[in-house]
Amino acid sequence: MTDHDDTRPHMPLGLALRGYTGVIQHLSTKDTDSALSDIELESRLIELGFVEGARVEVLHEGLVGRDPIAVRVDSITIAVRRREAMAIIVA
Amino acid sequence: MEAPLLHLALVGTPNSGKTSLFNALTGSRQKVANYPGVTVERKEGFFVTPLGRQVSVVDLPGTYSLRGRSPDEEITRDFVLGKASGEIVPDLVLCVADSTNLRLTIRLLLELKRTGRPMILVLNMFDIAARRGITVDVERLAKELGVPVVTSIAVRKGGTADLLALTDEISAKLATEPQENSWRALSVSELRATQREADRIIADCVSLPARPDTWTARIDAVVLHPVGGLIVLALILFVMFQAVFAWAQPAMDLLKSGFDALGELVKATLPDGLLQSFLQDGVISGVGSVIVFLPQIILIFLFILLLEDFGYMARAAFLMDRIMGGAGLHGRAFIPLLSSFACAIPGIMATRVIDNKRDRLTTILIAPLMTCSARIPVYTLIISAFIPAKDVWGFINLQGLVMFGLYATGIASALAVSFVIKFFMIRDYAPAPFMLELPDYKMPRLKSIAIGIYTRAKMFLQRAGTTIFSMMVLIWFLASFPQPPAGSTEPAIDFSLAAIIGKALEPLLAPVGFNWQIAVALIPGMAAREVAVAALGTVYAIEGGKEAAEQIGQVLATKWSLATALSMLAWYIFAPQCASTLAVIRRETGSWGWMAATFTYMLVLAYAASLVTYNVAVALGAG
Ligand SMILES: Nc1nc2c(ncn2[C@@H]2O[C@H](COP(=O)(O)OP(=O)(O)O)[C@@H](O)[C@H]2O)c(=O)[nH]1
Ligand SMILES: [Mg+2]
Repeated sequence: MTDHDDTRPHMPLGLALRGYTGVIQHLSTKDTDSALSDIELESRLIELGFVEGARVEVLHEGLVGRDPIAVRVDSITIAVRRREAMAIIVA
Repeated sequence: MEAPLLHLALVGTPNSGKTSLFNALTGSRQKVANYPGVTVERKEGFFVTPLGRQVSVVDLPGTYSLRGRSPDEEITRDFVLGKASGEIVPDLVLCVADSTNLRLTIRLLLELKRTGRPMILVLNMFDIAARRGITVDVERLAKELGVPVVTSIAVRKGGTADLLALTDEISAKLATEPQENSWRALSVSELRATQREADRIIADCVSLPARPDTWTARIDAVVLHPVGGLIVLALILFVMFQAVFAWAQPAMDLLKSGFDALGELVKATLPDGLLQSFLQDGVISGVGSVIVFLPQIILIFLFILLLEDFGYMARAAFLMDRIMGGAGLHGRAFIPLLSSFACAIPGIMATRVIDNKRDRLTTILIAPLMTCSARIPVYTLIISAFIPAKDVWGFINLQGLVMFGLYATGIASALAVSFVIKFFMIRDYAPAPFMLELPDYKMPRLKSIAIGIYTRAKMFLQRAGTTIFSMMVLIWFLASFPQPPAGSTEPAIDFSLAAIIGKALEPLLAPVGFNWQIAVALIPGMAAREVAVAALGTVYAIEGGKEAAEQIGQVLATKWSLATALSMLAWYIFAPQCASTLAVIRRETGSWGWMAATFTYMLVLAYAASLVTYNVAVALGAG
């Protein structure tokens, strides 16, 4: 699986469109404009299962600005706004 | 010697089945209250174990960690740590897990272990896990975690037998000396490490055939479709509206005629006088005017609980999040605001589905701006008396258009107020980002729905019996004392404190075009907004009151200018004077301050709206 990851460009999950599947590479909360502090956002994402190595798939998008998104994270589905999903770097 | 009451606490992530387990264990032996000072629901229940041990169990708010990022989660943390004021440290913590989805709960459990509280891991929803081919090596899991593990099916009869047996076994040998508590908030790297540890243990003990729930995927393909999903939501709402407005009506009429008959009975059996008036006008019609909303409340909660149990609420929030987010509202505020079109009381009670304190408060504050059904009699009266029933642009009825405008203005002002709150008042509170688990769909369970409705209805009736009752008595007192002198011909209310207050208020209300009669009508209107119609009738000395609404309309048309009528309509968009709503706000926010704030802002808006309407209307020649 790692070779596959190396060949794909890293991108924030917040830019992924419906149908995208990938693996979480790392979390980078610095450049998001979430209302939460970096540490708080990172903690919450980890608590919902967004950790390195987790498989993600964008299942659904909202109507306005394709936001929020429903993401399959391993065995559960989480709804997040794209703004917060910008912190999740996938490939 | 009888063993002391054993205290259990249910902890777990949202949707893991804590409430179902709570209901399965306790049945209807439940007490619902609020935690002091916060708006979080506290649910405690009681049962007896097979070996006869008396147990109290508390259903704690769902949480993903002990960090306490919202008031709900703080409750859970403080409760487990024994720091919650007035609470006993639980003897045994039941960590409830959704067996189909163990990652997050096992991490939570590893964190919980640091508190040193005795604990059991309950692998709930084991039926679903079995159906999906998930197998768990329970013994190995218990060994690796160092915590007893038991499987359970909360929604099946006898599905908690193993849990009960284990509770008996463990409680018999609970250590009396307190365990070491080494818990402190986890840093980000500790969180990661804990999640890795949890994932390792799961890999060792659980085989996951990765067979996702196909039903959920199929339903979501429709329900979460960007356009189709909104149509489905609109349909659901339409049915809900129908139910609340149309289906509840016969039951409400029945209750109302019941109270009327009771009032008549009192009138017939008791001699004319104070006691009769107190019982008939103060107690029976006052409390009755609130209790008639019970069918609507039951229906609204039926819908809410069904949708919640099914797993749809999180989806509705997903669909509405961006649409409502523009006004600073959380997606979850949607259903409570919708319920407020029936009556703000169930709407405000329904805000309990919002787990973030700030979002919940904003929703409570604006809920009374949704046009509730009690305003309809007032709107109807004034519109039919003053607005001609002619068509505009050939096909739109002017009266209907005005009615629609009143509803639309209510919604627009609610959004505006929410916007103002978001940007000027609660700025320092970090708004909750929208991060929500979308649980797999589940068949709603009759039993849990029934228990849910029962506890809500009981709370509502208890409130009607206490707070609302005392408000009604006060209002009756104001409208009845002092008594008219013998032989006077004017309506009795002219001599009352209410009239004195009305006349004192008149100079204040003159700029918005209200006379003292309106000021007086607004006072009993506090009991319930529609009472103002009957009160206007009384004040204008019309026999028959509410029944003769058309007649009141004719009188008003001769006594009021169009400007006054329009001003009255504008006032009622905001209509701050509903005692029951204020009482519920006070209760749900746990604060007199927020109740006063709601009253004040609505009063200011009502006054401003009437002032502008009246003066513009007069300037246009409608004075
Ligand atoms: N099949 C099955 N469904 C369950 C079980 N426990 C809970 N549920 C369902 O799971 C959903 C969420 O349960 P609830 O008790 O509200 O979860 P809470 O958020 O932890 O309080 C409801 O629809 C329940 O009917 C179980 O053991 N088996
Ligand atoms: Mg629950």
